[in-house]
Amino acid sequence: MKGFVALYLALDASTSTLAKVAALKRYLADAPPSDAAWAVYLLAGGTPRRAVPTSELRALACEAAGLPDWLFEAGYAATGDLAEAIAYVLPDPVDGIDAPLADWMERRILPLRQADAAARREAVLAAWHGLSADERFMFVKLVGGGFRVGVSKLLVQRALAEWSGADAAGIAQRMMGYTQIDTPPTAERFQALLADDTTGARGGQPYPFFLAHPLQAEPATLGARNDWLAEWKYDGIRAQVVKRDGQLWIWSRGEELVTERFPEVQLEASTWPDGTVVDGELLAWHHGEDRPAPFALLQKRIGRTKLSKAILAEAPVRLLAYDLLESEGEDRRQEPMHARRARLERLGIATSPLVDAADWPGLAAAREGSRERHVEGLMLKHRDSAYGIGRTAGAWWKWKVAPLSVDAVLVYAQAGHGRRANLYTDYSFAVWNRAPRDAAEAQAALDSTGGELTLVPFAKAYSGLTDAEIQRVDREIRKTTVEKFGPVRRVRPTLVFELGFEGIQASTRHKSGIAVRFPRMLRIRDDKPLHEADTLATLRALMETAPHGDEDGADD
Amino acid sequence: MPDLVTRRPQGLYCEPGGFYIDPWRPVERAVITHAHADHCRPGHAAYLAHHDGMGLMRARLGDGASLEGLAYGEPRRLGDVTLSLHPAGHVLGSAQVRIEHRGEVWVVAGDYFVSGSGDCNTTCAPFEPVRCDVFVTESTFGLPIYRWAPQTEVLADMRAWWADCASQGQHALLMGYSLGKAQRLVAGLATADAPGPVLVHGAVARLNAAYREAGVALPDVETVTAETNFKSLRGALVIAPPAVQGSRWAKALGPHSDAFASGWMRLRGARRRRGVDRGFVFSDHADWPGLLSAIRATGAQRVIVTHGDEGALVRYLTELGLQAEAFATEYGDETHGVEAAE
Repeated sequence: MKGFVALYLALDASTSTLAKVAALKRYLADAPPSDAAWAVYLLAGGTPRRAVPTSELRALACEAAGLPDWLFEAGYAATGDLAEAIAYVLPDPVDGIDAPLADWMERRILPLRQADAAARREAVLAAWHGLSADERFMFVKLVGGGFRVGVSKLLVQRALAEWSGADAAGIAQRMMGYTQIDTPPTAERFQALLADDTTGARGGQPYPFFLAHPLQAEPATLGARNDWLAEWKYDGIRAQVVKRDGQLWIWSRGEELVTERFPEVQLEASTWPDGTVVDGELLAWHHGEDRPAPFALLQKRIGRTKLSKAILAEAPVRLLAYDLLESEGEDRRQEPMHARRARLERLGIATSPLVDAADWPGLAAAREGSRERHVEGLMLKHRDSAYGIGRTAGAWWKWKVAPLSVDAVLVYAQAGHGRRANLYTDYSFAVWNRAPRDAAEAQAALDSTGGELTLVPFAKAYSGLTDAEIQRVDREIRKTTVEKFGPVRRVRPTLVFELGFEGIQASTRHKSGIAVRFPRMLRIRDDKPLHEADTLATLRALMETAPHGDEDGADD
Repeated sequence: MPDLVTRRPQGLYCEPGGFYIDPWRPVERAVITHAHADHCRPGHAAYLAHHDGMGLMRARLGDGASLEGLAYGEPRRLGDVTLSLHPAGHVLGSAQVRIEHRGEVWVVAGDYFVSGSGDCNTTCAPFEPVRCDVFVTESTFGLPIYRWAPQTEVLADMRAWWADCASQGQHALLMGYSLGKAQRLVAGLATADAPGPVLVHGAVARLNAAYREAGVALPDVETVTAETNFKSLRGALVIAPPAVQGSRWAKALGPHSDAFASGWMRLRGARRRRGVDRGFVFSDHADWPGLLSAIRATGAQRVIVTHGDEGALVRYLTELGLQAEAFATEYGDETHGVEAAE
C-alpha cells in the first residue's frame, strides 16, 4: 500500500495535470498488475462498499487514542474528514506492515464486510498499529467506503495511454464498467484495458458517454441555425442500452448496470436487432401523456428495491433515444449526428423529437415553454458532430432555462468538508411565513421567539459562492452565531441571498411543506434588507407555475 | 484572595501590579510576551519585555515608544507584585510572565512552543516550565489532531522537496510567517550540504538582522532585490512571507514550486485552500501533547485557557480534575484558518 499512498499524496498535493499524469505513470511503472488494477479502479471512481461502519471506526479511534468521544468529535469537526482525524489522533505506529494494495483490498479490507464486530475490531486495531499516519488515512478511507481523489477518469486514461502506448480512446472504451461496485478489479481485467484490439466492443460493454457543455453565450454565436439540431433537454436518467448476442444491458451514466430495474425498457428493446447500442434518457412517462411525469416520480421508482406491480403502474418508465452508437454491430460514433438520427428513426426506436423553430429567436421562444413541458431547456447538437468521449467543447451544448429563484435569509450554517473544512460553507435558508410590514417588525420577530411572524427554513445550499464570498460569509457567521449544536450554528440573520433552484414541489417530509431541487446560491443580495426577503406565498406561487426540476444537479 | 490577573476590556490586567499583559487597547503600562503584532500593539505609554525582543519591538513601535528590557529570570518589582520573564520558545525574546503576589504565583505564558526530542531550534531560548498556582495558556492548536513530527524530520522533508525542485531545474519558494518561522527555516535549511543557495524576502531579511543583533547566529543568506537574477541561479530556496503567494514578486522567480510552512498545514482542507504545491506542518506553537505536558509541568491546579480551541482544552482539563476556565482574548484568530498569523 505504500506505493499507492505515495501516489495518492502526490495527486493530492499537486494542482498540475502534467505532474499528476507523471505521478500516475511512475506508479504504474513500479506496481504489479494486481495492484495497478486496484489503483486504477479506485482512482477512476470505483467505490468499494463500506467494510466497517464509521460509528465503529470512531469508537475504535477513541479507544486506541485514549480520548473521550467528544474530544475526538471536536478534532473530527476541525479536520472535516474522519479518516484524517483518525490518522492524526492515533499514537505513532509500533511496527510496519508492508503489504501490496491488492492484498490489503482483497485479504484484509473487503472480507471485513462479512466479519463480526470482534474480528473487525481486531483487524482495524492491528492495521492502525502497523501503519504510518498517511497509510492509516488511506486505510480508513478504504474500509470506511469514502475514498475519493482529485483526478478525473480522463486523466487516469491519459496516464494509462502514455504509459502503455495504447490508444486513449480505446482505453476509455474498455474502461466502461470497470469501476462497477462489487466487481473487484483483477490483474486480468487491468491488462485487458491495455490490450489494443480493433474488434470493437465485446459482450455488454458500453461506450463512453458524450457530454454537453453549458451554453453561456448567445446561441446566434454558434452560427447558422440550420447547422444545429435542437432537442428538448429531458430530465430523467441518462442511459445506454446495449443489445448484443441476443442479450440486453442497460447502463446508467454512472456506469452501473441497471438492466433489472427497467423491465419496460427490456421489453421495448426486445424487438431491436442484435448489435444495437442506443444512448437515451430513462423517463417516468404515463401512457398517452404528451410529456414525462415529474422527476420525483422516477426518483420514487428508483428508490424501491423491489419492483412491485403497484410501483410499475404508478411510475412506468420508457426510454427516449438520443443517439445511435452502434448498429449492425458496427461502431457508428464517427458518423455525423444527422445520419445517426436517421438510422435511429429507420430502426423505429422512439427518438427524442427535434424542435423545429426556423431561427434562433424562434428557438429561444420555444425554450421559454420548457417548464410546462417538464424539460430543462434545449440541447443543441451540431448536425455533423461525431459522438465523442466525455465533455468536449463545441459539438454539443446544453441551453437550460434560467433557474427559479427567491430571495432567502441565511439562518443556519455548518462547516464543510475536504477543501472546505473549518469554513462555514453549508447553509440553511428561510423565507418569511408572511411579508413583514417593515424593517422594525422583521427585527422584532428575530429578537423574540414564538411570535406570529417568523422565518421558515426550506432549503440547504452549499454551492455558488466564490472563495472570497465564502470567507466573507464565514466571518459573518462566526460573528453572528447565537447558538451552536454540534457542528451547526444558528445565526442572528443578517444576510439575504438570491437562491436558485431547478424545481419545486409540495413535500410532506419538509417542515415548510415545500421541497426544492438542486438549490444553490446565485448571489448575495447586499441590496436587500431582511424584511424584503421572499415569503412562503412566493414559493407556493412558483409551485403552481413551475413543477419539478433536475437530478440533484448531475444534469447530463 | 482576588484573582491576580483578570480580563478587562483593554486586555489581561494584573491589579496589584498595575499593568496589563499584551493588551489590545492602549494602556499605561504593558508587559509584552513577544513581538508578534497581535500581542505587541502600538499606543501604550510604557512597555516592558525581554531584552532580546527590543529590536523587533522597536521596529514595530517606532522610536518614540518607551521600552524597557529585562533578562530571563530577572526579578522586577511592579506595584505589589514581583514579576519575572521566562523563555517561551516561540520567537526571539518570547517570554512567559511570572507574577508573584503574597506567596501566590501566576504564569501567563503568551504563545509558546515546547521542544521535544528531534526539535533543534537555535533561534530562541527553549520553553522552560515554571511552577505556579495558576497557569494561563494559549490553545492555538488545542485539539488532539495536532501532533507535530520532530522539526528535524520536517526540515528533512523540506530539503528533499527542495532537492527535487532543484533536480527539475526549478526554484523552491517556501512561505512562512516572517517573524520567528522564517528564522527557524533559515537556521534549519541554510546548511553546508544544502542543494542550492538560500535567499530571503526583504521583510525576512530585516527580521534576520534583528535576530543577529540580539546575538542569534543565523547563517548568512542573500536578500532578494529588484536586481536578483533568478535565471542565473540553480535550485534556489527562497524564504518569504505568505503574502507573496501569487504576487508579481513571486512570479519573478520563474519556474518554481511553492510551499507553506505552518501548523495549520496539518489540515488537508487548509492545505488545499492555500493552493500551494506542498504544505509542511511546521509550527512555533505547542501541539496538543506539548500543551498538556507544559500544563502538567507547571504543577498548576488551576488553568486559564486563552486564544485557540479554549472550549475543548477547558473541558478536557476539567475532566482531568483541574480547575479550568477560558479568557476571551483578542489574540490570533478564532478560526482554524491559515490566514491566522501563527
